[in-house]
Amino acid sequence: MSQEASLTTPSQDAVEVNRDLHLSGLSKRYPNGFQAVKSLDLVVPSGSFFALLGPSGCGKTTTLRMVAGLEVPTEGSITIGDVDITHEKPYRRPVNTVFQNYALFPHLTITENVEFGLKRKGVKDTTAQVKEMLELTELQGQAAKKPAQLSGGQQQRVALARALINRPELLLLDEPLGALDLKLRRTMQIELKRIQSEVGITFVHVTHDQEEAMTMADTVAVMNQGSIEQMGSPYQLYTNPMTTFVANFLGRSNLIKGKVVGREGSGADEIVKVDMYGTTVSIKASRVHTTSKDGWIGIRPEKVIIQPQGTPIDAPGNHLSGAVVVGASYIGVSTEYTLEMPWGQELVCFEQNTGRRGGLVKVGTKVDVSWRPEFAFLLDSAQDADAGREDD
Amino acid sequence: MQVERTTDVAALTRRQRAGLWLIAPAAAWLLIFFVIPFYSLLATSLFDQNGSVLTGYKVTWQFANFGHAISGYWPEIVRSFAYAGIATVLCLILGYTLAYAIAFKAGRWKTLLLVMVIAPFFTSFLIRTLAWKLILGDDGWLVNTLKAIHLMPEGSRILATPVAVIAGLTYNFLPFMILPLYTSLEKMDPKLLEAASDLYAKPAQAFFKVTWPLSIPGVVGGILLTFIPATGDYINASLLGSPNERMVGNVIQSLFTTTGDYAQAGALSVVLLVIIVVLVMLYVRRSGSEDLL
Repeated sequence: MSQEASLTTPSQDAVEVNRDLHLSGLSKRYPNGFQAVKSLDLVVPSGSFFALLGPSGCGKTTTLRMVAGLEVPTEGSITIGDVDITHEKPYRRPVNTVFQNYALFPHLTITENVEFGLKRKGVKDTTAQVKEMLELTELQGQAAKKPAQLSGGQQQRVALARALINRPELLLLDEPLGALDLKLRRTMQIELKRIQSEVGITFVHVTHDQEEAMTMADTVAVMNQGSIEQMGSPYQLYTNPMTTFVANFLGRSNLIKGKVVGREGSGADEIVKVDMYGTTVSIKASRVHTTSKDGWIGIRPEKVIIQPQGTPIDAPGNHLSGAVVVGASYIGVSTEYTLEMPWGQELVCFEQNTGRRGGLVKVGTKVDVSWRPEFAFLLDSAQDADAGREDD
Repeated sequence: MQVERTTDVAALTRRQRAGLWLIAPAAAWLLIFFVIPFYSLLATSLFDQNGSVLTGYKVTWQFANFGHAISGYWPEIVRSFAYAGIATVLCLILGYTLAYAIAFKAGRWKTLLLVMVIAPFFTSFLIRTLAWKLILGDDGWLVNTLKAIHLMPEGSRILATPVAVIAGLTYNFLPFMILPLYTSLEKMDPKLLEAASDLYAKPAQAFFKVTWPLSIPGVVGGILLTFIPATGDYINASLLGSPNERMVGNVIQSLFTTTGDYAQAGALSVVLLVIIVVLVMLYVRRSGSEDLL
């Protein structure tokens, strides 16, 4: 949970030279009136791997481009440490970018591409640094080739080497893996993470792929419609989402209508009692993100436990009876069951195929449903239960 | 035609035959419009020097024709290359600026500007050059204005000077420079300039390290399309110049149509052709764009 600490007090271990990236009140409105970014405030701790995650058009790329200096903010400021770079020209910022489609210079060799930044800064002999970078990105054999002669994954690494060789304070990555196929993307995710921990430079990574953000980043900021919905470690975001958008965009969630009926205990042990179609469920107060009486009770599909009616269910807390399995898709490691609840709503349950059950639960089976109370969360009922779902 | 190794001999010949049929139209075109006229020109350049329209001509392998053409018209040859060279440089400067503006800065005016570049083609080359004669004329508004604001001394003129001829050449061949330049600039990904800027290149450095090298195919194409026809041009010199601005084209034209000295005209044409081919080959070799040849 060290990330939690560093989020609230970002400079604990960098007291002497604070090189964190601060965005304050950062906004971008286009001449046509479209507000791409709405008063963004965030701190990216120096040396961290930070991901801006959101669907296309959420303003994440615009934010990145403002940090790079390729887009002028309408309002707000961008600072690295105490240096204000809001209106600095891109070629004067200690920031480098890995562009979405790499934007490699097609007329230059890989070596010339990689040394481009150093040459502009007036470095005479770049041989050693280029060699080191090509080794880091495993491109030794490609030095004399032109970008068009390389594969997609190799081009991606050239783009990375070309930016990293300048030792920027901040490396911006704009959907860097978007053009690669799935398998290569997985390899490059691990590769990028390795390189980041090796060089220790702050990475700000923009992506719409939640799995990519979660695999790589220490801190993820989920963006939607120009604002940050929630920020935290992948673990925090996934286990305790604060909005329906985050609950649906990061993984999947079952959201069930509930009504707050009372509270018990106090402090860290405070429990909120919520009525869910006649059954009272308990949710920890730290996981309740609404002040109103009504709310969406959220539970992740893999936390949902089912057991055919009449057999004992291995879970504390309530058992909901009267659910029927209406769909089962077998995916090898797990099975996804669709359950029809007595109140007509369909819930999703992921079950690991441990073999414990000795087969699948058949469609049409009546089942009891349960989950551990500490996994549920409560969200504001004013929010759209379908926000952030893949199919909308 | 390149044929891959194959064991099926029948298929190979069938493919070869199909290839020949496909080449035939182009080969016929080249034969009729290039080989025959070129042969005829070469033959003309080797005509008997004493022939005339009345007495007829004979190919007597008069290689001396070339020597006479070069020594007799050396000033016109040099002048042609000088005028065409200056006009090409002017076209490159003006054309690059305009092509760059259309490709990167024009936004929604792009199409309109391109149409405006091409629009002059809808009027005859001759008419447009005649219009310049009026504009640059001794009593025209341009000269009068320049004299009124004392930018031109009294008694001086533009028409019938090298300035007028070079201006005419520049004007007439500018679109041939702009279009290839525009095509190669337009193909360039603007993201590359962002990348250059992100990698500490100031705007001027980004231009010389990224934009310019990537536009070289357009530059080479534009220079060839401007320089070659401008060297052989005779309309601009004859309408906008005086006998002092005579170019090779004017000489060839008068030798053919006035003097009737076909041998000399043919020899001069071949000399011009050889010089241009040699220059172009040297240039293209140097600019590293052999694929254009």
